This record gives sequence, C-alpha cells and structure tokens, in this order.
Amino acid sequence: MTGDALTAPVLRLTDLRKSYGALRVTDGVSLAIGPRELHAIIGPNGAGKTTLVHQISGLAASDSGRIEFYGEDITALPMDARARAGLVRSFQIVSILPGFSALENVALAVQARSGSSFRFTGDAAAEPALNDVAMTLLARFGLASRAGFTAGLLSHGEKRQLELAIAMAAAPKLLLLDEPLAGTSHEESSRVIATLKELKREVPIILVEHDMEAVFALADRVSVLVYGRIIASGTPDEVRRDPEVRSAYLGDEAAEAMT
Amino acid sequence: MNEIADRNLAVAPRPRASRLRQAALPVAIFAVLALMPAAAHFGASGYILALMTRTMIYGLAAMSLDLLIGCGAMISFGHAAFLGIGAYAVGILSSHGIDDVFIQLGAALAVAALFALATGAISLRTHGVYFIMITLAFGQMLYFLFTSLAAYGGDDGLSLSRSHVFGLPVLRSDLTLYYVAFAALLGVYLACRAIVASRFGRVLRGIKDNPVRMQAIGFAPYRYQLTAYVVAGMICAVAGVLLANASEFVSPAYVGWQRSGDLIFVVVLGGLGTLHGAILGAAAFTLLAEFLSGLTEYWGMIFGPILVVVVLFARGGLASLLRGTR
Amino acid sequence: MTLTLALVQILNGVQFGLILFLIAAGLTIVFGVMDFINLAHGVQYMVGAYLMAAFTALTGSFWLGLVLALPSALLIGLILEMLVFRHLYARDHLAHVLATFGVIIFLNQAVKLAFGAAPLSVPVPQALAGAVTLAPGLLYPVYRLVMIGAGLLVGLLLYVTVNHTRLGMLVRAGASNAPMVSALGVNIRLLFTIVFGVGAMLAGFAGAMVAPILSVEPGMGDNVLILAFVVIVIGGIGSIRGAFIAAVLIGLTDTLGRFFAPTLLRAVLDPAAASQTGRALAPMLIYILMAAVLFFRPTGLFPVRR
Repeated sequence: MTGDALTAPVLRLTDLRKSYGALRVTDGVSLAIGPRELHAIIGPNGAGKTTLVHQISGLAASDSGRIEFYGEDITALPMDARARAGLVRSFQIVSILPGFSALENVALAVQARSGSSFRFTGDAAAEPALNDVAMTLLARFGLASRAGFTAGLLSHGEKRQLELAIAMAAAPKLLLLDEPLAGTSHEESSRVIATLKELKREVPIILVEHDMEAVFALADRVSVLVYGRIIASGTPDEVRRDPEVRSAYLGDEAAEAMT
Repeated sequence: MNEIADRNLAVAPRPRASRLRQAALPVAIFAVLALMPAAAHFGASGYILALMTRTMIYGLAAMSLDLLIGCGAMISFGHAAFLGIGAYAVGILSSHGIDDVFIQLGAALAVAALFALATGAISLRTHGVYFIMITLAFGQMLYFLFTSLAAYGGDDGLSLSRSHVFGLPVLRSDLTLYYVAFAALLGVYLACRAIVASRFGRVLRGIKDNPVRMQAIGFAPYRYQLTAYVVAGMICAVAGVLLANASEFVSPAYVGWQRSGDLIFVVVLGGLGTLHGAILGAAAFTLLAEFLSGLTEYWGMIFGPILVVVVLFARGGLASLLRGTR
Repeated sequence: MTLTLALVQILNGVQFGLILFLIAAGLTIVFGVMDFINLAHGVQYMVGAYLMAAFTALTGSFWLGLVLALPSALLIGLILEMLVFRHLYARDHLAHVLATFGVIIFLNQAVKLAFGAAPLSVPVPQALAGAVTLAPGLLYPVYRLVMIGAGLLVGLLLYVTVNHTRLGMLVRAGASNAPMVSALGVNIRLLFTIVFGVGAMLAGFAGAMVAPILSVEPGMGDNVLILAFVVIVIGGIGSIRGAFIAAVLIGLTDTLGRFFAPTLLRAVLDPAAASQTGRALAPMLIYILMAAVLFFRPTGLFPVRR
C-alpha cells in the first residue's frame, strides 16, 4: 500500500446541494472522510441529515455538486451501483426483508457480491457458500440462534443488529449509518455501540446520530450540520469547544453531553 | 402491498415433515390431472376432457402471471396480451398454411419476448398504480391491433385447424391435446418452481418484500423485473398456442382486458405466490363459470359478487385453505 | 371543404375529450385522495346513461330525465360505496382492482337483465336539435356544442371548488398527504364519501350527456374506463389540471387520428394499404402517446408530489 492510499480520503463531497422547492435542504456541503476514521455527522432536527445520507447513498439525486468514492466520480450512479462499489448504508427506519429468514437476509447480501444472480436453477437457499458466510456474520452480531426466524418478527434491537450484519455482508468499503440507535432501548443501544466500536477498526464509517453520548464515545471526527450547512468540523474536543456550535446547536441533551 | 401473500411465512425453519406436506398438494393436483381422462372415460368424456384441457391452459397462463404478481410484485393488468400473441401466432401462420407446431411456437415465443421487452421496458419505469394502468393500456393497444387485422378476421376472429407435429395431425385427438397441455403445465410448473427457488427468484422475491433494501445491497430491481416480465410473457404465449389449438379459433376477445382481469382473479383465488394455486384457481374459475352459465344467462350477476366476496373474505386463496394453514 | 371538415373533427375531438374529462376527473380525485383504484368508475358512466334513457322514456322529457338521473346516479354510487368500496380502502391495490372488477361484471349483466341487451337510444331534446352555422360552410350540431359548453362549465366549477373552497383545500391536501389531513381532525370518512359521490355523479352526468348521441348498451363503460385511465396516467394521478389537459389531448388525438391517419399514410403507401394501415394504427395512437409520455415522465405530465 502506498502512503497515499493510507491518507487519501475514501469519500469526498464537493459543494453538494439539494432543494425541495424553495427550501434548501443541503446547502453546499463539502466533506472528506479519511480511510481510518469514524466520522460522525450531528445536527438538530431538520438540519438535513437524512437528506444528506440519501444523497451520499444515491437514494436521492443531488441538484449539484460532486461525490467521489475512492477517487471515482459516483455522482450520477444509482444506489445499487454505489452499493456494488462498496458504499453501503443502513436506514433510520430499520430496513430489512421482513418476509425472509434472518439467514436469508444476510445470504442475499452475500449473493449480491459473489457471482451472477441471473441463475435460474439451483436452490439459492441451500448454497453453502452463501449460507456459511451469512451464518458467520449472524453469529458475530449475536443472532446465531435467530438464523431461521422470520426477520419481520425479530425484536427491534435484533433487527438493528441484523441490518448491521446485512451491511457487513455487502462487503462495505465505507459504511453509512443513519441513526443506528434510533428507537433502541438502553440495553440494545449499548450493544450496538459495542458493535460499532469493533466495526470501526475494519471499515471507515459515517455515523449520523442523535445520541450525543454515543457520538462522542465513538467518533474520530465530528461535523455539525445546521440548516443544510456544515458549521464546524473537527475532533470531538474541537467541536465541543466551538463557539458557533454552542450558540447554534446547544440547549438540550447535547449541552449536557458536551460539557 | 403484499398483505395477501405474506400468510405462508413460518416463524421457525420448516422441518422436513412440513416440507413433505407442502409437496403433497401439488403432487395430488398433478395426479388427479394425469388420471382425469381415465375417469372421464366413464362419463361424458368429450365434454369433460375439453373442459379440463381449457382449465389446464388457463392454469398455465395464470401461473405465469403468479410469477409476476406473487413473486415479483408486478400487478400486470395486461397479461392476456401474451395469451393473444400465442393464439394469433397459430391463427395467422396456419391461415398461411404453416401448420407446424414448432414454427408456430417459435414465432409465438419470439413475438411475446419482443413485446414483453418493449412494453416491459417502459412499464417498469413506473410503479404502483401507474404500472397497473400502463400494462392495461398496452393490452388494449394489442386488442385494437388484432381487431383491425381485417385479413385475419378482425372483430370476428378466425377459425383454424389444429397444429401439426412433424407434418402429422396428431393434435387432432382431444386426448393427445389434453396430455400435451398436461405436459406443458407440468414442465412449466417445475420450471417456475426452480426459478422461484433460484438465485434469480430469490432476488425477485426480495424486491417484492423491500425494493429499497435490495437496492441498498446492490441489486438493480429493473433488470430482474424486466427479465421476469419477459419470461412470464413467453410462458403465457405457450398457453396461447395451446388455447388456439383447443378452441380451433382465435379472436381479439382473448386479449380483452376482461380476460386479463379473469387471470388476476384466478391467481388470487388460487393463492398468490404458490404457483400450484394457479391451477386450483383456474379449475375453480372454469367450473364456476361453466356451472353458473348453465344456470342462467345472467351468470355475471352471481359471478361478480362472488369475486367481491372472495376479495373481502378469502385471503390467502384456495392453496392455503386446502393446506389447512390460514 | 377539407378545412371545414378538419374543424368539425377538431370540435368533435374537444367534445369527446371533455366527456373523458368528466369521467377522469372523478377517477383521479378518488385515487388522489383515497388511494383507491376504482375500475367500477366506468360502469357508473353506463349507469348514468341508462338512468337517463329510463327516466327520459318515463317522463317524455329530456330535462326531467336529466334532473332525475343525476341524483339517482349519485345514490347508486353511494350505495356501492357503502356495500363494497368502503371495505376496501385499507386494502392493497390488487384487492381494489379485483373487487371493483367484480362490480363491473355484476352491473354489466344487471343492466342487461333490466333493460335488455339491445341498445337504447335517447332523443335529442327539441330545443337543442338541429345545427348552427359556425362559419361559412361549417355546420355543427347544437347538442354537441352544448356538450362542449357543459364540459367546460363543469371543468371551471371543479377548478373553482378545488382551488378556492375549504373542501377543495382538503382535497388538495389529501392528494399529497392523506394521513396529515386526518391528523388535523378532519372527518376523513365524510370527506371520502363526498369525494366519492362527486366522482360518481360526474361520471353519471357524462353518461347522461352522451345518451342522445351514442347508443346506450351494456359494457359501454368499459372502453371509456380504459381511456379515462390513459387520461389520468398521462395527466398525473391526482391532478385535475393534468386530467383536463390530457383528456382534451386524448380526445383530439383519437378523433383526428382516426380521421387523418389513412389520409396521411396515402402519401407513402398505396390507397388500399394506407386505409388499412391507417385503420389499424389509429386506435393505437393514444396508447403510443401514453407510452411516449410515460417513457419521459414516469409519473405523468403534472405529478402530484407525495
């Protein structure tokens, strides 16, 4: 590996914009994510966090600006192509295949990156090459005993873990996590935080999160998004001390977590 | 979206005994169909044979539609178009003296594939109710095309004689035609089963379950759905070829939107996403229609409300009813 | 001479388009507000025509017939809503399609049983009979002009209602965000019933209007229904403005296509082939138009944002 590959950003956003009518939801966001970092994006409700995630993942098109992923311009690619390139996301409202077993949820993600899916014969559910990898991942995320269960019937916390297992099965080169703690109980969330701590050693992560405690426990760098603009970006300590952040953003739980 | 289909989910992995029980119903269906001609021999054999041949042909057409609706979440309201393409391939070619069934079948498959590719490519750009309506409109487009083919009977349709196999008129025997239809149905059923269980089928089912999730792990729904659309269209064209042979007649009515509606009804009645349910649905449909039309000229006044009642109360279809797990 | 003929065809196209609009308007509002696909909307048009025929024959007067036919059409629509449709709102589109398909089969047969299979006709009222000279050599039936006027009037009325009344505001809000409307404490049940009733009555009105110029027969609503679908798909589902523009567009394309396609093709084909190809092509034109529109704009010309 050259020194360049160790430091060159894996994702670079340049002047990204998006409006809904007169409302500027993303207003010139520029950001670079390094190869070894967990970069948290925080911001008050309505700051445009989820829209930004949609733009990065390709679920929503950008009005203007540029998205580069490992040096490639992916601005015009649809979400599935970005996923195949290794830009893998999770959803704020948990998104799994509710009618499939937990194992098949993960196995499908493995299938997406191993061989053609234009195969019309053979029992996909019985392919050991897919199931073995999937089973290992399920075990890793504490879901081994749930492998055969219909995913839609799992508990909310289990669904969150399953979604992470699916994301890891898709061979991510960057994980884009949209509020992975939303709706989890205290116990469940400490479980997810522990998982994320492990994952950040393997893959760069963008973490969009409401839970300040989690953000400051996990993040290498933090960017603060307010009204579609990034008003501060730096290490957790720098951001904590930034006066603009304090005046624009603090007030509720954030203030307590920051001080 | 898939409230009707999602009933056959198990919570825990299925033990083998339950898998056997699942196979029991399809095996029973095909056993009954295989032995039917022998039983019919004792009664009004010609009539029953013709009726059951038609049932199997509709079952075949409905099964291809089940591949779209039940597995791929594509509610096509123009599926009868492919029935018409298959039937007219026989009608038009035989009116030019080309009687060979393989040429007719080849033409039917080729035209069906092209039509499915062209209309599917446009229709699948849309979603939900737009997809329902645009497939309906494409079906009507074909209906009017057939209506205007004055050389081939126009509105009135076209009589034809049954196809030849290697120059031999073997299909002239109703019993042979019955078993040809039976073989086609069985072959298509096994093929569809394989497709649904395959990698491709699993992607298709995943897209039905949660398209955004599938995109997020790297699958582009459009390519898979379009492929399924073409495959289903081609299967239905086979049913069309058989239908023309069974009735020795083709007419634009085969393509009418009511026919597409009937096919959807058959699929839902039988049980979405079950494949063999399409055969049960077709049997119930043809027998019901036969029975009611013998009862009164205005049988639609009974049939229509039955349809409404089925939708309102019989979710899950005949397949789940017979399996005893609702 | 040809120019006059073309003008007559254009007027016919507009008149046909406006009738389509009356039907499509109800269909698009019902779908927009209630997310409900009502295939039985076409038979409501047929029922309107039959009621008109029955009441005109009964009273001997076109006007009395119309006055009686409209509330009856509304009543039948509301009965259907109560018996069947109401139980479907919470279900998926597939259930809508199938159940309303059943209603079509029932009603098509029911009118056959009640009135016979033979087409009925309704005389054009004395006051609106005959033709007027619109331009030198351009004679046009008064009744068709009245239909154009009535279509425009209803269109205007709908426009004002939707854009300048409280009911209209709710309809617009419902089309873009139905849960929000019910969250505001609006009686959504009542709103649905009103919207549905208006749609049924519009379709019935269209049926009553065409009764004197078309034959009234079972199944007359089926083709019109599909054309209305084409209209609302092109216009953008939920958009009344889109339905209006698309309806006139479809009316003109269909009418002019049938008239001109054989003539135009004569330039490239020999007359016999031209007339046959033209006849084959003309009925397909609107579907080709729809395919083209949806290819470039998959949610129609005036999509309602959801």
